[in-house]
Amino acid sequence: MSDWHTSTLTQLAAGLRARKFSSAELVRAYLQRIDASQAALNAFISVTREQALSDAAVADRALAAGAAGALTGVPIAHKDIFCTQGVRTTCGSRMLDNFVSPYDATVVAKLKGAGAVMLGKTNMDEFAMGSSSETSFYGPVRNPWNPQLVPGGSSGGSAAAVAARLVPAATATDTGGSIRQPAALCGITGLKPTYGRVSRFGMIAFASSLDQGGVLTATAADAALVLREMAGFDANDSTSVDTPVPDYVAALEQPLAGLKVGLLKEFFDKGLDAHNERRIREALKVYEGLGAKLSEVSLPNLPLSVPVYYVVAPAECSSNLARYDGVRFGYRCEKPRDLTDLYRRSRGEGFGAEVKRRIMTGTYVLSAGYYDAYYLKAQRVRQLINEDFRRAFGSVDVLMGPTTPTPAFAIGAKTSDPITMYLNDIYTIGANLAGLPAVSIPCGFVQQLPVGLQIVGPHFSEARLLSAAHAFQRVTDWHTRVPPGYA
Amino acid sequence: MALTREQIASIAALARLDLTASEFPVYQDSLSRIIEFVSALDRAHTADVAPMSHPLPGLSQRLRPDVVTEQDRREHYQANAPQVAAGLYLVPKVIE
Amino acid sequence: MSAWETVIGLEIHAQLATRSKIFSGSATAYGAAPNTQANLVDLGYPGVLPVLNAEAVRMAVKLGLAINARIAAQSVFARKNYFYPDLPKGYQISQYEQPIVAAGALDIVLDDGEVKRIGITRAHLEEDAGKSLHEGLPGVTGIDLNRAGTPLVEIVSEPHLRSAKEAVAYMKKVHTLVRYLEICDGNMQEGSFRCDANVSVRRSGAHQLGTRAEIKNLNSFRFVERAINYEVARQIDILESGGQVVQETRLYDPDRGETRSMRSKEEANDYRYFPDPDLLPVVLDEAFIGAVRATLPELPDQKAARFASQYGLSAYDAGVLTASHELAAYYEEVVRELPQEPKLAANWIMGEFAAALNKENLEVGSGKLPPGRLAGLLRRICDQTISGKLAKEVFEAMWSGGASADAVIEAQGLRQITDTAAIERMIDEVMARNPAQLAEYRAGKDKLFGFFVGQVMKATAGKANPAQLNELLRRKLGG
Repeated sequence: MSDWHTSTLTQLAAGLRARKFSSAELVRAYLQRIDASQAALNAFISVTREQALSDAAVADRALAAGAAGALTGVPIAHKDIFCTQGVRTTCGSRMLDNFVSPYDATVVAKLKGAGAVMLGKTNMDEFAMGSSSETSFYGPVRNPWNPQLVPGGSSGGSAAAVAARLVPAATATDTGGSIRQPAALCGITGLKPTYGRVSRFGMIAFASSLDQGGVLTATAADAALVLREMAGFDANDSTSVDTPVPDYVAALEQPLAGLKVGLLKEFFDKGLDAHNERRIREALKVYEGLGAKLSEVSLPNLPLSVPVYYVVAPAECSSNLARYDGVRFGYRCEKPRDLTDLYRRSRGEGFGAEVKRRIMTGTYVLSAGYYDAYYLKAQRVRQLINEDFRRAFGSVDVLMGPTTPTPAFAIGAKTSDPITMYLNDIYTIGANLAGLPAVSIPCGFVQQLPVGLQIVGPHFSEARLLSAAHAFQRVTDWHTRVPPGYA
Repeated sequence: MALTREQIASIAALARLDLTASEFPVYQDSLSRIIEFVSALDRAHTADVAPMSHPLPGLSQRLRPDVVTEQDRREHYQANAPQVAAGLYLVPKVIE
Repeated sequence: MSAWETVIGLEIHAQLATRSKIFSGSATAYGAAPNTQANLVDLGYPGVLPVLNAEAVRMAVKLGLAINARIAAQSVFARKNYFYPDLPKGYQISQYEQPIVAAGALDIVLDDGEVKRIGITRAHLEEDAGKSLHEGLPGVTGIDLNRAGTPLVEIVSEPHLRSAKEAVAYMKKVHTLVRYLEICDGNMQEGSFRCDANVSVRRSGAHQLGTRAEIKNLNSFRFVERAINYEVARQIDILESGGQVVQETRLYDPDRGETRSMRSKEEANDYRYFPDPDLLPVVLDEAFIGAVRATLPELPDQKAARFASQYGLSAYDAGVLTASHELAAYYEEVVRELPQEPKLAANWIMGEFAAALNKENLEVGSGKLPPGRLAGLLRRICDQTISGKLAKEVFEAMWSGGASADAVIEAQGLRQITDTAAIERMIDEVMARNPAQLAEYRAGKDKLFGFFVGQVMKATAGKANPAQLNELLRRKLGG
């Protein structure tokens, strides 16, 4: 039996090109692992077995002909928020339970174009709203390190799948931390690019000014490879930025010595679990050993990032989700009495509680009499936070700190009070508000549960983030750890 | 900052969300907590600060050429429709 | 002197004549089968995003320049959120706080010839919604989204209009202007040009504006006039009997000739405008605006002023001839061929030509009577080949048969008789046949001159040159 699942994506891509094994073999092996783990983890909503095998065959022919792209034959999973043509795309919601997308998201098309073979669509918090992947219509995702615990969210399915080595990479999205936080809780690498780096076309919108597509992998080198293929200007997305995509893989070996690292005073506060903090400090020592120069910086407005987020994101989502009305696609209630009934029941029945909560919060903060006090105020504070970051990057190259305040928590533990759940994003949200790229890499364990170190950089500094992460991964082995039972 | 039941009802109406009787107090409670929580923003001094709509500063909207690029793909798009007839999407009768 | 003053503001929605939609590459052509011109972006599918059409921006700028408005260096698209089946995303992308065109103005000419300047508050870009079809579908409404996403420019006037007539004059002026600029085809039957009227009344001399009602979707000049007049009377009635006007949206029912309150489309509508995060601010530099400015045609007012001075026309005539740029171009083509006769050309174009077009519901550009042909007819009047009166018959023959003036004149033998001897012969014959009238005339009954003119005309089948006839008849009758 194969050990491919312990290989990195980079190794698999190389092995395929060297014809050491075939894509068909890889795909079959991973599909088997997915099937074997589905009951325990619930990481997938759809598994596209037939298509995957067929695509693998095509990939093998291309590899044989020497016409391989960077990812030809490499298995991949897509978070079920990316539209995939001819394949069910649910966004974790009953509202889209029957929705077969008529088109591919740009990210999906690009990765397909690079030769990646999709194995399926991963489970997620409904409409990407959540930090635990518990709000999915298809049931919660479980953390492969401990199935009583959450994998994080909203990209929990993608994170669990990569952590359990069901797939070498999975796409994901990050609006308030939804790539980085699951990466930290599952012990893998998760990258959120700069806003505008990756196209949002076909990525079902939650909060348009915050959403960004990224990737979850075992290593920074793997993330560099996938990002290089995912990123780039898209004419279909007006917020897509037209700057060239660097070769992130080539840039990985950039020397780290002299890197100026800022430690955010506001991140090392009493909310941070003491054990987590210890792992973070140890990781920072490793960086010092590699030649990084640490200093303390302060972003005084950063503590307001969670309140800002919970005004702006719901506001944008309340508008983005208005199109789900039972008229042209998606869930429609039985026997609507009239138009209002059609809307109210289709949406009332189609959406889960957290989604409805956020839609209502958003509707409220945009409504007459409240717009100035909430929405406009939040966008002004957002500007302050942005300026704090800009000032900090005037004196340091990157910021480092914890990704989450604690390790993974129990399923059901935080679902009663929304605020408790929201505070999970306290370290990650700032980067979304300012559109900054950020990565989370595994840096140790607390009671056998992974801890993540977050690195945040200025706009379009992905190459530097990935090379810094790679430097850490060259001298540590946290990124090679696989959950017991999945080794 | 507690929201009243009337406010919840009016928000739900604006958002076209049906709430059951038992859902009302749940949403009333959680929304009130959320609004309380975000009221922390009042602390910030933002008198001279412009609101930030886009995370990347200084970018402007790209203009695309006025060219027809789409063809009729009605069958394909309407495959997902709950109810169509004669190419039209159907909804319960609307009286204007 | 009325006790009441009417205050009206118009919001005109003009569909921009772009090939593709404002935020997608779907076609905008009218009349396609339902939902065959609605792509994923227009349908508001999950994951789609808007991309702005450059030509829609150029057209809005062109309009702004033509009304002497400031063009915003930076403008923002905002979402107007509400639920309706013809609005697929559940929000309309429009502009709210920062429109592309700021304040401008347009002059209108009132009935008495007075020129009144009507302020325009702003003009902005937005997308049109789809259409709801209620006919022939029991219990359901059918939604066609072909129109969803068509670019609109909304032109908002200041409440400067004081009567239904002024409102119509303003609406016609805007209609003329957008067609001159070639940014809108102005086809009101097809819905390319529609108007909402905000109407209120107040006591004459009062400063405070009364409560207004908004009458939506008026798509003909006649309806605008009638709807406003009805609404004004309705509001005055209410106020005079001690009631209060309700601020609401109303529809005009042309069959009943009345406005009535619209059911709940507008009920409790809080649009929750906020800047659309999927679109970036539209930044226009001087180069862009300058390039648009260079494409401005001669505007209606400029053309009318030039016609008046260059062709010696009255302000009224110049106004009529420049109401559409096609008619103005036609006129100038005719005058190019007959530079000595600008007034003759004006009379014929405003008279016979316009009447003939109207009767058959044709546009100037229909090609029914090319300018060269009309010039040919006018030339034959000028050179006395036919009389002005006969020219009308020739015109009708040309119009229905498509022949040239000369061909008709030849075929029908309508050449004017200018041969003095021939006319004299006719006169002699008529005098001989009517001895009694001749005697009476010579006895002093001058009125009978007309009788003799008529008789000679009859005998010559109308072809005697009138001026010559008059002179010769006078001489001969005089004895």
